[in-house]
Amino acid sequence: MYETIMNHLMDVVSVILFIIGFSNLLLHRNMIKKIIGLNIMDTSIYMLLATQGYITGLKAPIITDGITDATRYINPIPSGLVLTGIVVSVSVTALMLSMTIRMYREYHTLDLDAILMQVRKKDLT
Amino acid sequence: MSDIGKKYLPGRKIDRINIIFKVVAVIMTCILFFALLITVLDLPEIGRISNPDNNEVEKRYVEEGIKETGAVNTVAGMILDYRAFDTFGESNVLFAATICVTVMLRASAKRRRKDGTTEFDDRDRFYEPRHDTVLRIAAVFLIPMILVFGVYVILNGHLSPGGGFSGGAILGAGFILYLNVFGFKATERFMNEKTIKWITFSALMVYCLAKSYSFFTGANHLESHIPLGTPGAILSSGLILILNICVGMVVACTMYSFYALVRRGRI
Repeated sequence: MYETIMNHLMDVVSVILFIIGFSNLLLHRNMIKKIIGLNIMDTSIYMLLATQGYITGLKAPIITDGITDATRYINPIPSGLVLTGIVVSVSVTALMLSMTIRMYREYHTLDLDAILMQVRKKDLT
Repeated sequence: MSDIGKKYLPGRKIDRINIIFKVVAVIMTCILFFALLITVLDLPEIGRISNPDNNEVEKRYVEEGIKETGAVNTVAGMILDYRAFDTFGESNVLFAATICVTVMLRASAKRRRKDGTTEFDDRDRFYEPRHDTVLRIAAVFLIPMILVFGVYVILNGHLSPGGGFSGGAILGAGFILYLNVFGFKATERFMNEKTIKWITFSALMVYCLAKSYSFFTGANHLESHIPLGTPGAILSSGLILILNICVGMVVACTMYSFYALVRRGRI
C-alpha cells in the first residue's frame, strides 16, 4: 500500500487538493469562498494532467540542440491541454465573480443562506 | 445564521437543517475521496516511458515537429500549428467571457450622466491611491520592465517557454498596475473601449483568416508559401509568431477589461 501511494504521490496530492476544493464548495456559505474552492479544484486537475505527461529524468520538449529523439523529452500533449483548462477556468472565474457582484448589489450580502431567505421572502409577498 | 434567516423560519429548525446538510456533505466528500483515491491508484505509474499516453502522437510531435512547424518549443508548435483550431476556440472563449462580464457589470444608460461618468466613478475616485509616493516611484521603474518582459515572452513563444497566453497575462498585469498608480485618465489615452474593441476584433480576425488559409491549403494538398525559416531564429516558424502576437493582444485586453469593468462599470 505504502509503495503504491509513493509511486502515485503527485496523483494522491492532486486528489487531496480536489477534495479540499470540493469541501470548500459544499461547507462554506460565502460566495467568494465557494469560488476559491472551485479554483482549487481546477488547480488539482491541472496537476493531475501535467503529471501524467511527465517522464522521470527527461527534459522539457524544447529542442535547442537539434536532436529530435522522442526518448529525450517529456510528453508535450498534456502541457497543451492544461493551457486550455487554465484559459477556460479564468473565463469562468471572471463570470462567476461578476455574477457575485450583481448579487451583492441586489441583496447586500454574500451569505448564500441569507440570499435564499430574501428570495423566499420576495416570493411570499 | 444571519438575522434575516431567524425572522422567517424558527431558529431551531434551520439549525437542524444546517447540521444535517453538513453531515451529509462530509460523508459525501469522504466517499468521493476514497473513490477518487482508488481510481488514481489504478492509473499507470508516474514517469514511466512505457505509459500508454506516451504513444505515437507524442513521438510524431517531438520528432517531426521542428521540421513541419519550425518551432523549437514543441508545445508552441503543437498548440498553434497542429491544434491551432483549439487555441482559436480558447481565444474566442476569452472574448465571450469579456462580453458576458460587460453585460453583467456595465452601468446602464439610465445611470450615466451627460459626460459619460456614473456613480461608480465618484466612488472610484475616493479609493484611488493617487498620492502614494512610494507606489508611484516604484511603478516608474517597474512598469516598463513588466511590459518589456511581457513583449519578450510573447515574441519568444516559439523559442522558449511562454507564448501568447502567459505573455498576454503579464502585459495585462502591467496595464492594471499602471491603472492603479496613475488612474483612469492616464490609461484612457491608450486603453479605452474603442481601442480594446478594435484590438480584440482585429486580432481574432487575423488569427481566423491566417489559420483558415493554412488549413485550406493543407487540406487540399496545396503549397502554402509560408516560409518556415531556420529553427531558432526569432523570425521563423511560419504563422506561429503572428498567432502568438494575436493571442497575446486578446489576453492582455481581456485582463485589463475584466479589472476595469469590475472597478467602475465601464472599460
